Amino acid sequence: MAIKGIAKGKYNLREYLAFIGASVLEDKKSVFVGTGLPIIASMLAQKTHAPNLLVIFEAGGVGPLLPELPISVGESRTYHKAIAASSMHDVMSLSQAGYVDYGFLGAAQMDMYGNINTTVIGNHDSPKVRLPGSGGANDVGSFSDKLIIIIANQSKRTFVNKVDFLTTPGYLDGPGGRERAGLARGSGPYRVITQLGIYGFDEETKRLKLISLHPSISIAEVWANSSFEIIIPDEIETSPEPTEQHLKVLREEIDPAGMVLGK
Amino acid sequence: MEVLQEGKGELIGWHDPDEAREWVLKNKSRELKDKTMSAREAVSRFVRDRDFIASGGFGHIRVSMAIIYEIIRQKRQNLIMAGKTAVHDLDILVGSGCVNKVEVAYSFGHELRGLSPASRRMVESGQCKVVAETSNAGYQWRWLAGMMGLPFIPSRNLLGTDTGNFSSCKVVKDPFSGKSINLVPAACPDVAFIHVHRCDIYGNAQIDSILVEDIELSRCARRLIITTEEIVGNELIRREPWETKIPFFVVDAVVEVPYGSHPCEMPGMYYYDEEHIAEWLRLSRTPEGVDEYLQKYVFSVDNFEDYLELCGGIKRLNYLKRREFLREPMTAPWRKEG
Repeated sequence: MAIKGIAKGKYNLREYLAFIGASVLEDKKSVFVGTGLPIIASMLAQKTHAPNLLVIFEAGGVGPLLPELPISVGESRTYHKAIAASSMHDVMSLSQAGYVDYGFLGAAQMDMYGNINTTVIGNHDSPKVRLPGSGGANDVGSFSDKLIIIIANQSKRTFVNKVDFLTTPGYLDGPGGRERAGLARGSGPYRVITQLGIYGFDEETKRLKLISLHPSISIAEVWANSSFEIIIPDEIETSPEPTEQHLKVLREEIDPAGMVLGK
Repeated sequence: MEVLQEGKGELIGWHDPDEAREWVLKNKSRELKDKTMSAREAVSRFVRDRDFIASGGFGHIRVSMAIIYEIIRQKRQNLIMAGKTAVHDLDILVGSGCVNKVEVAYSFGHELRGLSPASRRMVESGQCKVVAETSNAGYQWRWLAGMMGLPFIPSRNLLGTDTGNFSSCKVVKDPFSGKSINLVPAACPDVAFIHVHRCDIYGNAQIDSILVEDIELSRCARRLIITTEEIVGNELIRREPWETKIPFFVVDAVVEVPYGSHPCEMPGMYYYDEEHIAEWLRLSRTPEGVDEYLQKYVFSVDNFEDYLELCGGIKRLNYLKRREFLREPMTAPWRKEG
């Protein structure tokens, strides 16, 4: 089944995911964003319920008021009307020291502990598909207090038992894994957003746990599209739906060329 | 210190700190002398086969494209490149066969525009080797350690991951906290090229944008080629010394190249040339297409001005200026390309 609003032709999946991404972000917090949907979600949050969301880009853009969707996380849009046009050393150091509440990334593959792969499909030294690698993702996953991950195409191939390459740390091998490795205490994955629902992580086992299903999506679909077992709690919410205003901002202000959201 | 884990990536560009320091003392002149030269001369003097090279800026932003094209024109071979969010520069250098080893933080992609057909093909067919993985902060701090004359910098990233396992880092027990901590090894590229907004003839450079990694990269590189939108008088530098981001004594060559970042962005001046990037992405789907692109834009011209003419000249450049200041709508021609 498709998400209700998509079936009715009100919006497309990418628009919906951008809206859901925005809804997870709180005002008066900081977010370190990766390319694509994470930027769009942060822009939408900033233009709606979170005007004081502090957006940080890895190349040095700090606190911009984003005028249009940047193609790169290092271009001039990323410090348009910003607080500072700084450097990578500065923003990475600040992140490591604890100034980043949310990290926000996309991923090609993820396991049940929120470990993600953006490096290779197949073997590292003779890859089937060579992907760009960590970029800032390992840093965002290591330094942010709470990591949010967007995977637009949840399936058995993207929700895997073992990632082909562990690019960016989730909870590694489970409870205490991050601390044993030397990563910041208490940090780790917080939300995962896919075309089916919103997930969190079980406090005790650090395994992926369903929080809400998108409108018209069933638990059977969640199961059918994962290689690992997802914890399903007794109470499951229904994800919210965007208003006309959200869609207008996405289409007219953020991505009028349809670079990410499509036309 | 107890070593808990060693990354299996190849250690590129690391020197014993005494050797690194002695190299600087012996080779980096403190003389205030005119370093202006052509891109051709800068590449022929400072870029050698098998060098470890690094490009400034970030992705498609503030890139010394005149030097990139000149390296291809002079057919340098077996270069190792820092994939420090290296995008168009790396793609075209790998695609042309000049670079055959990469230490990757972010490579083989064009951010929102998708993956790079040319450099991916070279990696997936084994013609270009990924010799180590790291992250952007990982690379950044390799430069920082190099700039500081230290053998390494401790960090709390790369831990517990394959990115760390395939890097050239080591994990040790921190003698202060007793916790595991990552050590990022220093790196000094043999040569780096950085594009700036303005610079004097000696190499004192100003950058009107985010600095990305260029403070550190400029100071750790053994040889540094500055390309600049314009050359200004030394009195302008001395009037606002707080604006000097790169001082002359780390610079080996100054090359004046207006619009020298094209088709990449120059912040506050001109935006990316999306049509040109889309043309490269389309052509580079096949090896023949790569040759066609290089023939057209690199080998058939011998300077950057002629290249700019081929790309649409002043009319195109004026459009890119308006685009930078949001006075033209966004276009994404590569999207239609599939």
